[in-house]
Amino acid sequence: MNPVDKRRREFFGQAAAIAGAMIAPGLMLYEYAQAGDGAARPRAPGEPVNSKVRWGMLIDTTKCAPGCRDCVDACNRENGLPGTTRATDSQWIRKVDLKDLKTGKAVSLPVLCQHCAEPPCVDVCPTGASFKREDGIVLVDRHTCIGCRYCMMACPYKARSFVHENTTGQSPDVPRGKGCVESCTLCVHKVDKGGTPSCVEACAAAGHQAIVFGDLNDPSSEISKRVRAAATTQLRADLRTDNGVRYQGL
Amino acid sequence: METRSARRAFWTLLAAGGAVLAVALGAAHYMEVHGHAVTGMNNQVVWGLPHVFAIFLIVAASGALNVASIGSVFGESDYKPHAPLSVLLTVALLAGGLMVLVLDLGRPERLVVAATHYNFRSIFAWNMILYNGLFAICALYLWALLERRLGRFARPVGLAAFAWRVILTTGTGSIFGFLVARQAYASGVIAPLFIALSLAWGLAIFHLAQWGLARLAGREPMDAELHARVRRLLAIFVIAALYFVAVHHLTNLYWAKQVAFERFILVSGAPYPALFWAGYVVLGSLVPLVLLFHPRLSGARATAAASVLVALGALAFLYVFIVGGQAFPLEIFPGYEAASTFGDGRADGYSPSLPEFLLGLGGLAASFLIALAGARALPILAPAKVAIAAPAPAK
Repeated sequence: MNPVDKRRREFFGQAAAIAGAMIAPGLMLYEYAQAGDGAARPRAPGEPVNSKVRWGMLIDTTKCAPGCRDCVDACNRENGLPGTTRATDSQWIRKVDLKDLKTGKAVSLPVLCQHCAEPPCVDVCPTGASFKREDGIVLVDRHTCIGCRYCMMACPYKARSFVHENTTGQSPDVPRGKGCVESCTLCVHKVDKGGTPSCVEACAAAGHQAIVFGDLNDPSSEISKRVRAAATTQLRADLRTDNGVRYQGL
Repeated sequence: METRSARRAFWTLLAAGGAVLAVALGAAHYMEVHGHAVTGMNNQVVWGLPHVFAIFLIVAASGALNVASIGSVFGESDYKPHAPLSVLLTVALLAGGLMVLVLDLGRPERLVVAATHYNFRSIFAWNMILYNGLFAICALYLWALLERRLGRFARPVGLAAFAWRVILTTGTGSIFGFLVARQAYASGVIAPLFIALSLAWGLAIFHLAQWGLARLAGREPMDAELHARVRRLLAIFVIAALYFVAVHHLTNLYWAKQVAFERFILVSGAPYPALFWAGYVVLGSLVPLVLLFHPRLSGARATAAASVLVALGALAFLYVFIVGGQAFPLEIFPGYEAASTFGDGRADGYSPSLPEFLLGLGGLAASFLIALAGARALPILAPAKVAIAAPAPAK
């Protein structure tokens, strides 16, 4: 082998080693980030959402206090909702009081968009305004919703509201508009910045810790561990919509 | 030659229909400006009176094609002279129904979005294609029927129209049939039920239009023998619709999980049981059957009365089906009694407001105007066998 070729070969070998040494920790960090604790991490601007993550919630009804509306109030504050409960008012999350018809056992629990993997609202929407992100969050595109309300007819959980009149007090992060359908966004504007939905924070602040939020696809996340350890329920499981919101103690 | 009084009657009717339509457009504008808060609709009953009128018109549109189909597809030549009116009515009813549907949208100005963004998993999106397709096919069909040189195309186009409208009404029924989560809907039988309803409602409207236009023109509405056949046909369609409605309810009654819903609709959930039994079953079906089958009531007037009752019964049926179906509480927690600020566990009230009623009437007015103007502009009415000297006085 001629000496020039040998030097060239050594140079390329060393360069590859240095490059590898520089890239490897980054890759490892990336892997670590992907397989982390299931908490939300900030998404860089322009970075697409991917299906490695499936955001979900576990609601422990045994910890949810009857009469407590902290999650509802926090949702209204965060999303600029009026908080009134006329039949025409938007309610993205509501407290439902249940009584077992046989045993009389009482349960209180919040109900919100269940962020189904097979969402009927997305299936029926004529314009595709109802859509599911790769990470499982079901949203309404305000620009293509024509206000036909077919998604409200199709939703098995009554999770959607129609904006019946002009809105006031909108949050800059959460655009709303008369004549469009809306529902829980899982506080996507916070989750995309590495945050947690407001209802979850409010429940924790009240000391109940009844709602766990996280990545259902990450086996090491708290929500995954809890879902593995305890029996949980999906509302209307017979419909096989594969809900992102699970309930414990129901 | 058109008489002076006939001309005056035409313009009076046109002005009356135009006035109703103008008021309806004003009502739609009012709802658009103030939002649906000024209607009786809410987050539980999301489809209200406008949808009752719209679905009635769209379903009847498909059935209005009956007479043309019998002539072109099934080769009954006696029906052929009446085919143009049949096709014109389909276009008129469909246009009126779609007008109501569009003006009730939360964002009607985004119609262009609906026309350019299709989600092909949505039966609603399919229906938009089916509705527009029916307009196109009916335009060709009317052309083939009215232009003698194109007469040979009447049969193939008529066949296409027949197939298209069966698919279209299957689609309209499936808007409800595909709602898997709702106790009131989620059934494959709703598609054939809607087809049966369309046959009856559309033929009833055809009778009324034929009768009214003939009176306006000072003619006998229809050859007596043909009239007797069409009367019997209407009666058969009314019975067919009743049969499918009965099957739908009986199937539900067999399933324990649906019994509470059936009790609500048929017995306890006022005002729906009264509307169903008195409105649809008795006034909308049984009384028309008596009028249609009674040997002493064989005149055009009795048929027109039966047709009016069938149409009113249709509105009662749809009110129960659409509004009652939503008012029954959605069962999210089987085995539990539920209560919340969002209507869980309780039947929801719905009081239609004047603007939405006016919008519904506007749909009828739009259909009426298109049929009236179309019948004047085109040689729609069958050539009269017997002409009466003077038009009957308008009532």
